[in-house]
Amino acid sequence: MTGFLEIKNLHIVFGHGHYKVHAVRGVSFSVAKGECFGIVGESGSGKTTVLRALCGLNPGWEGEISIDGRPAPRHPDKDFCRTVQIVFQDPYGSLHPRQTVDRCLREPLEIQGIGERDRRVVDTLQAVGLNKSFRYRYPHQLSGGQRQRVGIARALMLEPKLLFLDEPTSALDVSVQAEILNLLVRLRKERGFTYVLVTHDLSIISHMCERLIVMNVGRIVESMPVGALRDRTPENPYTQQLLQASLGYDRQAVERYQTFD
Amino acid sequence: MDKSDGPLLQVENLSVRYTTPTGVVDALRGVSFELGREKLGVVGESGSGKSTLGRSILRLIPHPGVVKADRMAFMGQDLNAMSEFEMRQVRGKQITMILQDPKFSLNPVMKAGDQILEALSIHGRIDRREGRKRVIEILKAVRIRDPERVYNAYIHELSGGMGQRVMTAMMVVTNPMLLIADEPTSALDVTVRMQVLAIIDDLVTQRGMGLIFISHDLNLVGSFCDRILIMYGGRIVESCKASELHDCKHPYTRGLLESLPSIEHPKETLATLKRDPAWLTAP
Repeated sequence: MTGFLEIKNLHIVFGHGHYKVHAVRGVSFSVAKGECFGIVGESGSGKTTVLRALCGLNPGWEGEISIDGRPAPRHPDKDFCRTVQIVFQDPYGSLHPRQTVDRCLREPLEIQGIGERDRRVVDTLQAVGLNKSFRYRYPHQLSGGQRQRVGIARALMLEPKLLFLDEPTSALDVSVQAEILNLLVRLRKERGFTYVLVTHDLSIISHMCERLIVMNVGRIVESMPVGALRDRTPENPYTQQLLQASLGYDRQAVERYQTFD
Repeated sequence: MDKSDGPLLQVENLSVRYTTPTGVVDALRGVSFELGREKLGVVGESGSGKSTLGRSILRLIPHPGVVKADRMAFMGQDLNAMSEFEMRQVRGKQITMILQDPKFSLNPVMKAGDQILEALSIHGRIDRREGRKRVIEILKAVRIRDPERVYNAYIHELSGGMGQRVMTAMMVVTNPMLLIADEPTSALDVTVRMQVLAIIDDLVTQRGMGLIFISHDLNLVGSFCDRILIMYGGRIVESCKASELHDCKHPYTRGLLESLPSIEHPKETLATLKRDPAWLTAP
């Protein structure tokens, strides 16, 4: 039995010659249906690059990607978009400033030729905790948390099965982050989504995920169940250092830091 | 008053008000605190006034902001009574400020070392060779392995952690008494963050400076600072020792702590904050 999302030996290279950057170097993992899978890493580890390749925003990949038993197309088609959606990091930059919430949510329905658009827009807004009064607002009339709810609503419009979450709360205050994380947990429980969550914050992984991989400079350094994170028993020294640094400032521990390349 | 002991900074009833066409905004409303030679954390969410607090100490509040305070004394000198000329002697020399993102707050068309040298030469005559030596020394003090290379580098050629070290070097090269750090590490990866914090920690401890550390990260401030002020809606709602952060009383602080996901003790659902309008007025 293979997973819902299967990735084998994924390589992503940008540029060539002197400017060649091997951003992802042979990444393989599989995600079961209904699972929340975490990808952790520092900047430059390739975590977001993997996610962008998975949802067709980065066509230059090599390797094998299959989603729901079918190979992933290099350029997303209509069917693909109804299976896979992404919630982006920056709710300030990812919504069109001159489009109302309504138009943003309606667009995928129009492209796909799906009817009952009014009902669907209102229902989805309600599902993410926004009432009807938000429907004709522009992004600048919303707070950061409300924008991210719209970002999530947009991803839900086509009722996908697999949701990619790219640092969904890193631009938000902690109290708002809690609301968004609760919303994501509830939606998954109600609708049986499969999540792939990319973040640099281990506490969010511990809260949301069942399994995770840790990436560094384009490679997976460790793959583990979330229990190992919670019990502070990762095996790889890079993961141990990352976990140590995430637990708070400790002057002595900083002396023992190593560099991993 | 003797300059060596007593509080470094005394602030009483500080308020900052912006009168805008759409109404009056009170960014700070009656903030009072004292700072010794210690690491003081200022925590709050966006819009709580924590950055405004840092800026008003340096008198960097832009028009149409109006700053009022009963007392704002730095080592016995009244900051509010100073002329702009006198203030320039304090700013960058006795009180300095580290900003969030080196990419946006350092000069992109000037070599890193020359920028540090500029900070030095503005606050005292110094010849170029002697200045260069001091800059190389301070770059070593912020643990840059190859100070010659970094001296001649532009900011875009440096990583975020390196850039933040350069900014830290620039802010301590004039031997200030008070360092204000406004989210100095929130743009950095966790391990780099800890390394930059260790550098700031060592400098502050060795040189006996005072530090105001502005951050939104409760756990970080709790583990890094000596004392914490928690701000909400332009006021200090609670102040406590960093070691006693988890015994704090104010419902806002409690709410913030409970809304944080935890690595070791995950909860089914996170508590969300119910904001009480009374927090804006009652102490």
